[in-house]
Amino acid sequence: MEQLLQQIVNGISLGSIYALIALGYTMVYGIIKLINFAHCDVYMIGAYVGYVCMAKLGLGFFPSLLASMLVCTLLGVVIEKIAYKPLRNATRITALITAIGVSLFLEYTTMFFASADVRTYPPMTGFMAKTFKMGDVVISAQQILIALITVILMVLLQLIVKKTRIGKAMRAVSLDKDAAELMGIDVDSTISFTFALGSALAGAAGILVGVYYNSINPLMGVLPGLKAFVAAVFGGIGIIPGAMLGGYVIGIIEVFVAGLGYSMYRDAVVFAILILILIVRPAGLLGKNTGEKV
Amino acid sequence: MKKYSVIFLLVMSMLVFAGCSQTVSTDQNVIKIGVNYELSGGVATYGQSSVEGIELAIEQINEAGGINGKKIQLVKYDNKSDASEATTLTTRLITQDKVVAVLGPATSGAFMATIPVANQNKVPVISGSATADNVTVDDKGVKEYAFRICFTDSQQGNAVAKFALENLSSKKAVIIMDSSSDYAKGLAEAFTSTFEAGGGTIVAQEAYMSGDTDFNAVLTSIKGKDFDVIFIPGYYNEAGLIIKQARAQGIDVPILGADGFDSPKLAELAGAEALNNVYFSNHYSSVDPSPVVADFVEAFKAKYKKEPDAFNALGYDLAKFVVDAISRAEKLDGESLKKALEATENFEGVTGTMSVDENHNVVKDIIVIELKDGKQYKTYRVTE
Repeated sequence: MEQLLQQIVNGISLGSIYALIALGYTMVYGIIKLINFAHCDVYMIGAYVGYVCMAKLGLGFFPSLLASMLVCTLLGVVIEKIAYKPLRNATRITALITAIGVSLFLEYTTMFFASADVRTYPPMTGFMAKTFKMGDVVISAQQILIALITVILMVLLQLIVKKTRIGKAMRAVSLDKDAAELMGIDVDSTISFTFALGSALAGAAGILVGVYYNSINPLMGVLPGLKAFVAAVFGGIGIIPGAMLGGYVIGIIEVFVAGLGYSMYRDAVVFAILILILIVRPAGLLGKNTGEKV
Repeated sequence: MKKYSVIFLLVMSMLVFAGCSQTVSTDQNVIKIGVNYELSGGVATYGQSSVEGIELAIEQINEAGGINGKKIQLVKYDNKSDASEATTLTTRLITQDKVVAVLGPATSGAFMATIPVANQNKVPVISGSATADNVTVDDKGVKEYAFRICFTDSQQGNAVAKFALENLSSKKAVIIMDSSSDYAKGLAEAFTSTFEAGGGTIVAQEAYMSGDTDFNAVLTSIKGKDFDVIFIPGYYNEAGLIIKQARAQGIDVPILGADGFDSPKLAELAGAEALNNVYFSNHYSSVDPSPVVADFVEAFKAKYKKEPDAFNALGYDLAKFVVDAISRAEKLDGESLKKALEATENFEGVTGTMSVDENHNVVKDIIVIELKDGKQYKTYRVTE
C-alpha cells in the first residue's frame, strides 16, 4: 500500500511536467492546427535559463522561475513571428517541417554554446532540500513544489482563457479564424499571445525539471516533448483540460510500468497508448467526434 | 641568378621536409617509442591525460640516464578519436618511424583496430586503458603482439563482488544496470557470478537506458525488497542521479560502482551529502597511502600543477612498464620485446603491482575507493 502511494507521488511529479509541456502543444494546435515540435526545446531553453540564473547569477528559485518563464515567453513569440507567421497560409506540412527545423536549430545552437555535457543545478538549501515522511511514503519539498506550481499555473491559464477578453479572442480564433477576423479580433496578436502562454509554461517546466532531477542537457527536451505530445493527444488535442489529464495519466502509467519491473518498456508502453488512442478514439479522451466541416 | 634560386628552393624544401618528420634521425643512441593517442575528438580527455602521464615518465627515465645510456624519444601522433586513423598511425609508426613499440590508443575499440598491424609487423602495441574483455584474447586465442596494463571489465566486476562479500559482508544485492553499454553488461555478469559463487544472492536486477533521469519508480519498487547492497554498473551521468534519488527515498545501504563513477560530475549530480557509504573500483586513487603513489602525485603536481587522475596514472605506468621490458629485452626488436613483456613479473606501478598472464592481461590489485561527503576518503585493495 505504501509502495502504491509512493508510486502515485512519483507519478504525479512526473505527470505535472508532462502536463505543463502538453498544454503548450495543445493550445498552439487548438489555435493554428500546428504541432509545434520546437515546443520541447523551449522547455530545454527554460531549463538552461534557470541554470544560468541559479548557478551563475546566484538568484533564488522564484526569481529564476520568473526569469525563465519570461525568456521563454519572448522566445515563443519570436519563433512564431519568424518561423510560422510567414507560413500562415501555406500547407500544414510546410509549417510542420519548419517546426522540426526550428527544434533542431534550438537544440544544436544550445549545444554549440553550452556544450553537449550534462550540467547540474547548484545544491538546494533550506525548504527546497527538505523531505517529509508520512509512514513509509517519502515526499520531497521539490515534489510538492512541482505539483503546487503546476496546479497554480493551470488555474491561472483556465482563468485567462475563460474569463478575460484575450481568452475569449483565443477561443474565437480557435473556433473560426476568418469569422473572428471579421468580428474585429486581431488574429495575429491573439496567436502570438497563445505562443507566449504556452512557452511560459514550458519554461516553468524546464526549471522545475532542472531543480528536481538536477541534470540538464541540450537534448533533454526530445523524449519528454514526445511524451507530452502523446499526453495532449490522449486528452484530446486542442482541449486544455485534456492536456492536464493526459499529462498526469501518462506520468502515472509510466511510473507504474517501471515500478513493476518493466522499466525497459515504459517508453514503448507510452507510445503504444498513442497508437491505441488514435485507433479507438482519435479525438482523445475528452474530445468530441465532430465531422470535419467541408 | 636562376641557379641561386634553384639552390634556395632546394634548401627550403629540405627544411620543410625536415620539419615534417622530426624522426628521420638514424641516431643509434636513441630508442624510439610510438605514441598513438586520442589528442582531439570525442574521447580527447582520455588521450590527453594518458599522454601527460607518459611524458612525465619518459622525462624521469631520460633524466636518470635512459636505458643503458640510450635516451628514449617519443614519436607522438593524434588519432582524432577515430579507429581507422589509429590503424593508419600505428602502421606509420611501425613502418616509417621504426619504433620498437606503440603505446595506445586509450579506448578498446581503437586499440583493437591497431592490433592486426602489430601482429603483421611483429611490433608490440600496449594500451594503458583498453578494458574490454576481448582486447588481448578472443576465440582464436591470444593476440600475440597486444598487451595492456589495466584490469579487464570482468576482473573489475569480480573485484567489486568480492569487496561486497568480504569487506561489507553483504549477502543480498540489487543490480541497477545501464542496458545500453557492453561495459555495464560485462560488469554485471562478472559481479553476479562471483557474488553468487561466494554465497550471495541477487535479489533483483533492474535496467535503465543511458540518458534516463527519473529512477524513482524503480527505486520505490526495490525499496520493498530485502537487500543490503546496490551495485550500479554504468557511468556517472545516470549513477549520480540514481544515488541522489535513492538517498532521497531513504535507501541508505552501501552503493557500489566501477570506474565509470570516476568523475567530478558524480558529486555534482548526486550532491555531496548523498555520497556517503558509496564505493567504486578504480585503477588508482590519489589518496592511496602507498609511497609509490605519493612520489608520483608529487612529481605530477610539480610538472602540471594539478592533481593526477586515473588516466594520468595509467599513462605513467604504461611508459615505465614498457621501458622496464625494453631494458630486459635481449635485442632491440619486436620479438625479443614481446618475450620480455610476457616475462614481466611483479612490476611495481602507481596503479598496483602487476604481472603479465598467459592472455597478455595483467594480474594486479584493484583499488576500491570509499566516498565520504562526496570526497575520496579511503582506499581498499582487493586482490584477485
